[in-house]
Amino acid sequence: MMLEMKKNKIFISGDEAVAHGVRLSRPHVIAAYPITPQTITVERLSEMVEKGEMVTEYMHVESEHSALSASMGASSVGARTFTATSSQGLLYMAEALHYASGGRYPIVMMNANRSLALPWSIYGDQRDSLSLLDSGWIQVYVEDAQEALDMIIQAYKIAEHADVLTPMMVNLDGFILTHTYELVEIPEQEKVDEFLPPFETPNKMCFETPKNLAFSSQPDDNTEFKYQQNKAMLDSIDVIEKTDQEFGEKFGRFYHGMVEEIMCDDADAVLVTLGSITGTVRVVAEQLRAKGHKVGILKIRYMRPFPEKEIMELGKKVKSVGVIDKDISFGYEGTVFTNVNSALSKANVSVFKQNFIGGLGGRDITKAEIEKMYMELLAGENTDNQKTVEFFNLKVETND
Amino acid sequence: MKKPTKRDFKRPTHIDDYPVGPQYEAGFLAEINAGWRTYKPVIDHDKCIHCLICYMVCPDGTIMKNDGKIAVDYDYCKGCGVCANECPKNAITMVKEDL
Repeated sequence: MMLEMKKNKIFISGDEAVAHGVRLSRPHVIAAYPITPQTITVERLSEMVEKGEMVTEYMHVESEHSALSASMGASSVGARTFTATSSQGLLYMAEALHYASGGRYPIVMMNANRSLALPWSIYGDQRDSLSLLDSGWIQVYVEDAQEALDMIIQAYKIAEHADVLTPMMVNLDGFILTHTYELVEIPEQEKVDEFLPPFETPNKMCFETPKNLAFSSQPDDNTEFKYQQNKAMLDSIDVIEKTDQEFGEKFGRFYHGMVEEIMCDDADAVLVTLGSITGTVRVVAEQLRAKGHKVGILKIRYMRPFPEKEIMELGKKVKSVGVIDKDISFGYEGTVFTNVNSALSKANVSVFKQNFIGGLGGRDITKAEIEKMYMELLAGENTDNQKTVEFFNLKVETND
Repeated sequence: MKKPTKRDFKRPTHIDDYPVGPQYEAGFLAEINAGWRTYKPVIDHDKCIHCLICYMVCPDGTIMKNDGKIAVDYDYCKGCGVCANECPKNAITMVKEDL
């Protein structure tokens, strides 16, 4: 007798996991343009459509700008829509990103986090999506291929919720997740259909009640539309948490909503992570715990909306907070740090803070380096003379 | 020839009065819009054969039938003159407005 139902697990890459998540979500329209390291996702999807595994209008477009523009057209009249991009492609879409969020079109897009030129680089960091934090999209970052698949399904449910109606970007680290193979459980279509009802829009294309879509606004009304967008983003926090709870009950995997706290309750030093680096930090933190160091991890899942409440609470219970940024806003700080620091300052707490800039253009962040970060945080509890922003693992001497 | 008419527009007083995003019922005319016209089309009903070419070419949808006669909605006509130019019977004349 089988003690447990055999789970449908297959050995696939992060890109392929996304493709399966999209297939199970049954989009009406996929508009896609290939770019490394996202290409495999749209290739797999085109194969699925070709083989009849999914019924979808698969549009071959001539650029990323067109991919998102076509997605907007479809989404505006009620089609569930998917597109995918990365790096330069995401930036080429920048105009359309604001357009889509302002139009309140619940498009779901996968972004493979990749560095930005120049110097030209196809390898990973998070400067692409973080530089577009203000574009009005919900941004979630995943840690592994399973979470990537699951978040595509959750993303439609969140984005299409009547209180939200905001596009959502599912970010996964280029190569580290997109091209690494893992065992991934493929949920049953029937259960996904139960979890994810069809998208209903009041703006469906229809002769009886025609709509005027995407109109302009005068100064008299523009602020109100932007207020609405901000409110929807804030309201999405509740939807995100409820969706994750419902998903967990149905599929057995919980992702803890806005953030995942790992060993934070009695921690002295906590590293804040975003994306796949969390996996490596988990290993180091457990090793340090075994040696008696009180360390923890705050895995940020959502950068927009931002987990302000959780970070304020974290600030009240720990002595030092380090933020790993695969990003730098030149002339200031890593963007994750700026956001975390803003929340900490509102908590009115005094913690030692450090911003570790690393992993740029695909450079690995090693376990030894993470241990060093933790040691700095543990030692730095009472010093205030250190530089807050630290380029980690520069391979040469500098003039500083 | 169902055409939208001007309706009273009440400014929103609560945020919930706004639509979700910039989309709304089509053809909601909140004001008239013909202020910059310098010439207006005038139809000679003796020449008009009701071919409706003017109706087809009007870029603003201002041509209609009134009591069986072709008429222009001067509240929205911008005076572009396309109807007069295209009329096969030269039944439409552009007449200078008294400005």
